[in-house]
Amino acid sequence: MLEATNLEAVRGDRQLFTGLSFSLQRGELLFVNGPNGAGKSTLLRMLCGLVIPANGEVLWNGSGIRTLGEDFHKDLFFLGHLCAIKAELTGLENLRIASALSGQATTEKNVLAALDRMGLRGFEDLPAKVLSQGQKQRVSLARLLLSTANLWILDEPFTALDKASVELLKSIFSGHLAKQGIIVLTTHQDVAIDAATVKQIKLGP
Amino acid sequence: MNSQGMLAVLQCMLTRDLLLAIRRLSDVLTTLFFFVIVVSLFPLGIGADMDTLRAIAPGVVWVAALLASMLALGRLFNEDFADGTLEQLILTPQPLALLVVSKVTAHWLVTGLPLVLIAPLLGLQYDLPADALWILVLSLLMGTPVLSLIGAIGAALTLGLRGGGVLISLLVLPLYVPVLIFGAGVVDAGISGLDTQAHFWLLSAFLVLALAFSPLATAAALRISIE
Repeated sequence: MLEATNLEAVRGDRQLFTGLSFSLQRGELLFVNGPNGAGKSTLLRMLCGLVIPANGEVLWNGSGIRTLGEDFHKDLFFLGHLCAIKAELTGLENLRIASALSGQATTEKNVLAALDRMGLRGFEDLPAKVLSQGQKQRVSLARLLLSTANLWILDEPFTALDKASVELLKSIFSGHLAKQGIIVLTTHQDVAIDAATVKQIKLGP
Repeated sequence: MNSQGMLAVLQCMLTRDLLLAIRRLSDVLTTLFFFVIVVSLFPLGIGADMDTLRAIAPGVVWVAALLASMLALGRLFNEDFADGTLEQLILTPQPLALLVVSKVTAHWLVTGLPLVLIAPLLGLQYDLPADALWILVLSLLMGTPVLSLIGAIGAALTLGLRGGGVLISLLVLPLYVPVLIFGAGVVDAGISGLDTQAHFWLLSAFLVLALAFSPLATAAALRISIE
């Protein structure tokens, strides 16, 4: 269970948000809404522990994420606004290395199957720099299929994706929620995701 | 985490960085060429007075190694930072200091080790005796990893800053001074036929200290820089 108590974020002199509290149970989805610059990405990075809140605390299963440290990272999957893809490595290498470093045992077959499901068959041996923005995003999202993490925190996962990929991603999300996973995401697009409980947070004025 | 798991992580990270270095060989060769050219310019500028050349050789080679090592620091974390993989590395369940150790090792293998290997060839331009050449290689072999380790702290602290290149030299070069003094000193002592053991002990002490503390400091600096 993910819990945020009284979070406050400050960027320079500007206060982005304050007194933000919420909690998410297993199987719940949270949409973080708000205009550009409202602090959506900051909130997401705060939930991962990349940004330290000016006030308040983020709890995972009742313990602070900073004290949990690497134990929290085992349960966490984060996708930032950067793809985290190495341009010189192929899609296959990118995925294999990312999974190995996240401590997941994967076989080449699994990795290929994940790329295949993301519609990247035939592109797995090309260096990522020749892929389009949408394809890079899909390589990055293929990591979701290999991940065993319970908590998914995704910053604009639908960016640069075509309609078919958006539908695919929505079904992946529904599957994860059905398996008692937790998802926190931001998006500027209107997407409806099948979930038992959908929560919304609106940041900014 | 068990030691086998740690080894697997070290190996995975090391292969990744070496693979990236091979795919971008030109970046790696720049450091080596810089070192070769700087060291070769001095005999051309000073002339063929063997005694002078022998006297300045240790200092020149070591200062060139320092500058070359610093030049290469920009690539240590910058690319991972720019494409978002650094965030992912911080969020893996692996200890960040361990990942830093493998990154610095890979960095040293592609930017430090070539300097060590080419140094005897460059030493010939300075008419160094065979014994002194061996001492030069050995001192660089022990000293350049220290440079990479200390440099990693500076590289992590200046990550994503404008004008980080200048700042890093101000931060890191003063910390390189002890290595320079004893690295060049041991070659000097070798040329004049003095005992070199004490210098080597000191250099190895620097290496042990840097190995123990630099990964932790670098990991902390990375966490601050990424925020």
